[in-house]
Formats: sequence, structure tokens, C-alpha cells
Amino acid sequence: MSEETQAVSKTKTTSRAKKPETTFSRVTRYVAVRLVTLFLTVVVGVFLTIIIANMGGYVDTIRRGEIQETYQQAAILNPAIKALPPEERQAWIDQQIQLAYKRYDLDKPFLVRTFKFLKDALTLNLGRSQNMSSDTGSRQVRLIILERIPPTLILFGTVGLILFFVELFLALALSRRYGSLMDKIIVTLAPLSSAPGWFYGIFLILIFAALLKILPFGGMVDSPPPPRWSFEYFVSLLKHMILPTMAIAANQVIISIYSWRTFFMIYSSEDYVEMAKAKGLTSRNIERRYVLRPTLPTIVTSFAFVLIGIWTGAPIFETVFNWPGLGRQIYHAVGLFDIPVIVGETVIFAYLLAITLFILDFVYALVDPRVKVGGQGGSQA
Amino acid sequence: MKTWRKNLQELFRYPSAVFGLSIIFILLVIAIYSMIAIPYDEAIRLWRGGEEVWYKNPKNVPPEWTNFFRSKKLPVSFTLNSADGTAEKIVEEGSSQTQITLTYTFDYQYDSFPQEMIFYFRSTHKEKQPFISISWFTPDGREIRIADYAISNTNTFRFSQDEKLKRRLAGQFPQVGLFRDPNSDPENPVALRGTYKIVVTAISFEKDATVDAEFVLHGEVAGWAGTDHLRRDLGIAILWGTPIALMFGLVAAMGTSVLTMLISAVGTWYGGWIDEVIQRITAVNLVIPFLPILIMIGTFYSRSIWIILGVTIALSIFGSGIVTFRSVFLQIKESPYIEAARSYGASNWRIITRYLMPRIIPMLIPGLVTAIPGYVFLEASLAVLGLGDPVLPTWGKIINDAQGNGALYQGLYYWVLEPAVLLMITGLAFAMLGFSLDRIFNPRLRGQ
Repeated sequence: MSEETQAVSKTKTTSRAKKPETTFSRVTRYVAVRLVTLFLTVVVGVFLTIIIANMGGYVDTIRRGEIQETYQQAAILNPAIKALPPEERQAWIDQQIQLAYKRYDLDKPFLVRTFKFLKDALTLNLGRSQNMSSDTGSRQVRLIILERIPPTLILFGTVGLILFFVELFLALALSRRYGSLMDKIIVTLAPLSSAPGWFYGIFLILIFAALLKILPFGGMVDSPPPPRWSFEYFVSLLKHMILPTMAIAANQVIISIYSWRTFFMIYSSEDYVEMAKAKGLTSRNIERRYVLRPTLPTIVTSFAFVLIGIWTGAPIFETVFNWPGLGRQIYHAVGLFDIPVIVGETVIFAYLLAITLFILDFVYALVDPRVKVGGQGGSQA
Repeated sequence: MKTWRKNLQELFRYPSAVFGLSIIFILLVIAIYSMIAIPYDEAIRLWRGGEEVWYKNPKNVPPEWTNFFRSKKLPVSFTLNSADGTAEKIVEEGSSQTQITLTYTFDYQYDSFPQEMIFYFRSTHKEKQPFISISWFTPDGREIRIADYAISNTNTFRFSQDEKLKRRLAGQFPQVGLFRDPNSDPENPVALRGTYKIVVTAISFEKDATVDAEFVLHGEVAGWAGTDHLRRDLGIAILWGTPIALMFGLVAAMGTSVLTMLISAVGTWYGGWIDEVIQRITAVNLVIPFLPILIMIGTFYSRSIWIILGVTIALSIFGSGIVTFRSVFLQIKESPYIEAARSYGASNWRIITRYLMPRIIPMLIPGLVTAIPGYVFLEASLAVLGLGDPVLPTWGKIINDAQGNGALYQGLYYWVLEPAVLLMITGLAFAMLGFSLDRIFNPRLRGQ
């Protein structure tokens, strides 16, 4: 049915349009413009992050100072250099410092370097880290980040996806029972979601780990870890995921059910739904055709943002639960002044976000016959 | 104005709004009280103070009122000082020497043993050191010799570190041995309740020299809020955390929502490239990771709460609020009354501030109030990451200290619970008020 409506609306608009513009050229032009704007957005966002992470060039000054110190020390410690007359010794130091600057690219002005950083970041040429190393001992930023993706995906992916559908389902069920006891409970408890997940995490750790001693304080698996991919490993992982899951649920489930329920109820009070009820359609049919259908774009958007959220991890949450994910890593990277890692994670996140936004435009057109790609009306930023 | 009063009256019909408002009122009272009772400089001095400020407090002990719920009462910390009259002081002047007798009497009605006992001696002698001897009298009439020695002008005697005393008590720690009921099993000691007396006899060999001593007992409970690993009274940070949390939440929420509203109103009204620029900035802002940027600012630049507050507002202005406000403004912009205003020659600024923005206030206020908890918790979150303001005592910093010192592993639950419960109450109060306001101002579902 969706294809039909879309086709009809498309033919209608093309026939009505004065300009001889075909659907194909309109969509192509729109795609091109959209891609360029999104790419520019990513470029600006990543550039700003690079500037902030380098403290506007101050990090370079620090590193120059470190290099100078190193070679001045080296000159004192090396007897052959120490024996030289002062001018020659100074010349040797200067030469070494200049070489080091060249090696680390510090001889160029900061602005020039930022553009090189930008180019490397945008081409995902993430380079080598300054201080951090992966568990396998590699200094490649790519490997350091890749290593942290599975834990974050396992935790936030599983929990995020399950909770999203549970919330939708419950909200839909509740929207039909306005004023019931369950509905009242959800409305009353909604303010509980004002506390963040890590906050509930502390309480849950207190109760289940410290007082009852039945669940671990944090981490991803027991220490020492069971052999990978074994049954014990899986069980241990599950055991470590219980508290984080509960914390995330405590933070978001009630508020999501509350807002989805309100949202569905607004759509359920539309005239055409009343009409459908009057016609005697089953509530299942009404839900699917008259309530879920028009709300689909919003559901898709929020699903897309759940997906993005899964990727970013949560610095504080992961710190509280000692979860070895991306969020905790970026926090460590900041603490260690490891700019390549910070920029690497930012650029990956930015790309993911841009791709999601781009795909969303087309999904909207698919699920909502009123929207047409490249049509009039403000585009969603 | 009438609608406002009507809205306010309606607000009082919601129990959750009344509850939220009363808690916010109590928090405001606490905040004002703290700022008056402990002036800013004093609070900072106390919070940054070390041993010299907090020597009277034990380390890591829960608040005194927890005894009320305990079957086994824990000793309360106290001090007795001969200089301020809380201990008895008798001076007997002789021909060549003066004898000063200091008597410390206290009632010990607890079932456990203190953490530590300390004597701080002050002597005003010039050359000849006075000689002191300390005796301990238990409620059942035993006398235990504690120590005899000559003191310098300032001298500290720690009971637990006196090896001779420990040997005299058959190897028990003095703070246990001195209070143990002699009939109880040394492996499983029971404290003897009753009135204890310590007598310090000082013999001074100079005419005008006098000796004073302060007796400090570090119990296992202290103050109304307990103490942390630096012996600090958590009450200071609990009290001062209130105005800071409220200030941060209110300023951040107000700044963000008002600026967001203004910017989106200007953008929609003028349209064209201004609107386009605003939308691009919003998109860029979406790409920039909010929390990592805040962490970077905190680590690299400054942890001052004002800087963090400013950056928070700056990063939040161009958030999702702009998109929502924009869609509403686009609708309002086409209303007939705007056209009327334009036709009588109202200036752009007048239309924006007098005709566009007031229409969105009903949407703005609930959103603003609901946003406050988020910012209150954001400040706490940053503090938990160790990026709290380096000077100010805040709730988040208590949690951070507690986490850093393994409070949960060691069972020091009060340390985490006190700030956490306060954060929770604050968050709940604003959220409840905000939700009720939302239902009053935006009656989307009222007809049902």
C-alpha cells in the first residue's frame, strides 16, 4: 500500500509541477545537496573538536617544551657533548630540537597542522596514539578504538534494542487504558527518570553488590576471565550485565513509556480513529493501521537515535560500572591528553550520525506518504 | 495576568506539584541558611582544611543519629578541654613547684570502642619542662596508669600508639583495653558502660607556667552528617552543596531555554540566511560530542564551575529545543495577529519579543523546570569523573571522594547515600513540578 500511495503522490506532483523536472533529477539534486551539507557539518564539527582537543595550539607549546627539556637533559648526561665548548653544545642542542620538531611535525604552524589533522581524521587515517595502547600492545588508534567497540555494543546494543521495543509495546498497550491503575503508576513514577543511569547504578551496586553480595561490583567478566567463547564466559558476562541493564532501565523505561503513551494517545484521539472505531474495526487493526502508521516517522527517528546512542557509549556510566567500553576510553583518553584517540572517536561518531541522518530522510519518504524526498518544507536538521 | 492566577490555582490541585513545590521551598531555605550560617570563605576554609581544622573528628564514620537505629550503640566523638572549662582544673601552688590537676569525666554508654583517644597538651613554661602523669579510672573502680613523662610546650599523646600502655594492658589496643569489661572474653571484648574519669597531674617547676590539655575521643559516629577520609564534617558539603546545585541547575536551564527561544524566534522571523546559519550550527552541534567536550574543557582548561556552566549553556543552546521551537514559531508567524502587527508598523524586535515569544512561554516553562534536574545531575556527573570545581564543596564531589575511597566496598554507605538522596530529592522535586506544569500549560489530553 505504501508504494502505491507514494507513486500516486509522486505522479500527481510531477504532473502538477510547472518546471519540467523529473522525480529522478529532483531526488539526485536533493541527495547531492544533502550529502554536501552533511559532509560540511561533519567537517566543521570535527575541526572544532580538533581545535578544542589541542587547546587551540597550546598542546603544541607543551610538547615543544618537553622536547627542549629532553635534549637539554641529554646534553648534560652525554659526556661527549658536555665536553664541547658552550656554543657548540648549544648548537648541538638546537639541531637536535629542530630534528625532533621536524619528526613530530612541530616545525609547522598550528593552523597548518590542524588542517592536516582534519584531513587525516576525515579520511579515517587515525594514526598512532600518544600515550594509550591497546590490550594487545598496539599504538594504532584504529586498533585501540576497535577493541573497545564490542563491550559497548554488547551492553548498550542489547539493552537499548530490547528496551526500545518493550517500551513501545507497553506504551501502546497503556495508551488504550487511559486512567487505569497501571497508567496512573507510570504517570506518577515518570519524574524518577530525572536521575541519570549511573546514579541508579550506584544505588544498585550498593544493594546488590555491597549489601547482598550476589552480583559483581563492576567489570565485564570475572577476574581472572574464563576462556573466551566458553559457556562460563557467557554466564559471567550475563551476570555482569544485570546491574547495568537495571540501571539503564531505571533511568529511561518509565519516561519513555510515559512519553510514547502520551504520543500514541494524541494520535488515538484523531477523528479518523474514532471513525474506525465506529466502523467496528478490531482494536488490533486500529492500532496497526490508524495509530502506528502515522506515528511511524517519529518511531523511526527515535529508533535511529537509539542506534546512535548505542555507539557512543556513556563515559560516566561505564566508569561507575568499570565497563571497558568506548565511553570510558574517551574519558581516559582525555585524562592522558591522547588527542588522536579523542579525535578518532569523535570523527567516527560524526560520520555515523551523518549517515543516520541521511538515511532517515529516505526512510521518512518510505514510511510517510506525505513526505517526499527533496520536496518543499524544512528539512530535518 | 488572570490566566496566570488561574494556572497557579490549578497547579495546587496536583498533589505532585504541591509536593515538588514544597521540597523546592525547603531546599531554598536550606540554601539560604547555609550561605548565611557558613559564609563562603569560611566554608572554603573548612572544606580545604586539613588535620589542624578537623583534628577533633574521627575518619570515615557515620552520623550520630544512626545510633538511634542500632542495637549496638557506637561511641559518639567528643572533646573535653581544661582551657574552656569542659574539664576540671585545680591549681595548687607550692613553694618551688605548682601542681595542676586536670580531671576529665565522661559518661560512656556505648557498646563499642572508640577509634582513637588523644591528649593535646599546652604548656607555657620557658625552660623547665613540666612533668605529667595520666591515670584512668574505670566505672568499676579500677585505676590504670596511662603514662608519666615530661612535656614540651606542645605535646600530643595518642593512646593507640603507646606501646608501653599496650603491654600493660596485656597486648590489647588501649582504646579497647581501657573500656573492656574485665569479665568479658578478650577475644570478643564487651565495653563497660558507666562514668569514666581521667586524671592528669602536671607538676610545673616554673612560677607562672600553667598546663592545659584537651582530651579528644574519636568515636565511631560524629556530627549530623558523618565524616570523610580527611576527617571533614560532611555536613559542610551537604549544606553548601544545596545552593550550588540549585544555582547550577537554575542558571543552566534558564540560560539555555531563554537563549534557545530567542535564537529560534529571531531565526524564524528573519528567515533566509539567518535561519539557515542557525540550522547549520544546530547540525554541527549535534555532531560535536557533548560530554567528551565538557570533559576536555574540565581537564585541559578549567574546572571552575562558572566555566563549566558557561560551556554547558553554550553547547545546549543549539540543541533539539531549537528544532521544536522553530516548528512552533513557523506556525505562529503565519497567524493573522502577526500580520496585523506588521501592518501597523511594529518593528521586527517588537514582533519577536512582544508577539512571538510570549506565545511560546507555556511551552517553555514546563520544559525549563523539567530540564533543571538534568543540569543538577550533570554537575554531579562531572564531579564523579573528578572534574568538579576544585574549591567548592558539592554533592557530586562527596560521591567522587566516596567512590575514590571505596566507600561501597568498605560498607561506608552513609557517605554515598547522603549526597545521592539529596540529589534524588532535588531532581524529583523539579521533575514533579515540571510534569504537572506541562499538564496544565499543554492540555493535550484534557478532554479525555
